[in-house]
Amino acid sequence: MSTPNCLAANDWICAEYVRSRAQELTDATVQHVWITVVSVLIGLAIAFPLALLVRARPRLSGPVLGVTTVFYTIPSLAMFSLLLPLLGLSAALVVTGLVLYSLTILVRNVLAGLAAVPEEAREAARGMGYGPGRLLWEVELPLALPAMMAGVRMATVSTIALTTVGALVDYGGLGTLITTGLKSFFKAQVLTASVLCVLLAVAADLLLLGLQRLLTPWTRRRGSGGAGRGGRIRVAEAG
Amino acid sequence: MDALTGAWTWLTTGANWRGESGAGHRLAEHLYFSGVCLAVSCLLALPLALWLGHIGKGGALAVNLSNVGRAVPTLAVLVLLTLTPLGRHGDLPTILALVLFAVPPLLTNAYLGMREVDRAVVEAARGMGMSPWQVFRKVELPLAYPLVMTGLRVATVQVIATATLAAMAGQGGLGRIITAGFNTYDTAQVVAGALIVGALALLVEGLLVVAGRVFDPMRRRRSTA
Repeated sequence: MSTPNCLAANDWICAEYVRSRAQELTDATVQHVWITVVSVLIGLAIAFPLALLVRARPRLSGPVLGVTTVFYTIPSLAMFSLLLPLLGLSAALVVTGLVLYSLTILVRNVLAGLAAVPEEAREAARGMGYGPGRLLWEVELPLALPAMMAGVRMATVSTIALTTVGALVDYGGLGTLITTGLKSFFKAQVLTASVLCVLLAVAADLLLLGLQRLLTPWTRRRGSGGAGRGGRIRVAEAG
Repeated sequence: MDALTGAWTWLTTGANWRGESGAGHRLAEHLYFSGVCLAVSCLLALPLALWLGHIGKGGALAVNLSNVGRAVPTLAVLVLLTLTPLGRHGDLPTILALVLFAVPPLLTNAYLGMREVDRAVVEAARGMGMSPWQVFRKVELPLAYPLVMTGLRVATVQVIATATLAAMAGQGGLGRIITAGFNTYDTAQVVAGALIVGALALLVEGLLVVAGRVFDPMRRRRSTA
């Protein structure tokens, strides 16, 4: 049996590491997932009303989009550091930073989704006596969903990658394993945590894609109607 | 507010800017890495993307590359490269990571810029007897310019952010001011470092926006349109 020796030999791939540190890996993954989920949900809860506000008052679109772009431009390490005096070494610091990053993508995609709603659909709903609330909830929201979900997927994937930087304040989920692995030159730990991180991003993307399909059964008949638009937004904004 | 006045004191203290680990040297390091890597990435990505866009092939690759780039944590790549034998060659891991993360946005945006040029315009140019090179140079490139510049801006933001993160993998650059501050529990230094990095990123982004407008080949026509 050569498996236990891979720890001593400091191999990149080591089954013994995964087996013996399963608890540590699970804890880090759980932390990674909850930080990501909380950040994206809070981001969405802020981005949605913000997008509605911008749509109602187009004069605000310049400032709102400008400020969120500024957030996006600031490097993650600097963003977390700037929040340090306000929030201290806490999970709240990491979540706040990630929320600010997600806003750029989410606000733009919610706006793009709402803008993609055909005017005729709105007119028809109004003609049928829909009030503004019901119009938004029953007509605009479902039609805007594909572009919005494209935004949520993009925000989630980049949040999972950015959460690793939270290792700076010891709330980085798998990122913390990566930085501690660097300090002790522990190759198996760094590689395993990195691979888990990418797998997490892929899994989240597929899960959200499935959710989108489930929520918008009518798009399947039309083929890839919404995909082209979503794809373009995705590339132009964040690359 | 304490942290801000502390950071201001740190920034205005001359001693913090001098020496091997001073802010001046770190800033120079940062700019040097970012500039070189951006130039290399442009040389690698732009000709390929423009050519693929011109002949209209390789779209799936160009689009998926930037999605993959987003899913891969920068920090993980930096640390992994540092632990490989490359890590013994000083700054090589940072340079490699910078190029790896700058290429996808450049490639994707330049390719899409070329593909989104109105086919009817290209056909008209061909019909007027323009050679493929003339079509590329006089029609496609000017029309693709805005997206090429978007790609350059995204890549630059990415490069500056990655160069900052290099500090967490034990490399140089402005991020070192921040990580050193964390190690000594010096909040003023952490905030001061973050302010320098943030200001640099915003300044470069602003400069690129202005440069994009000034050098736009279609500037006069776009503004009158």
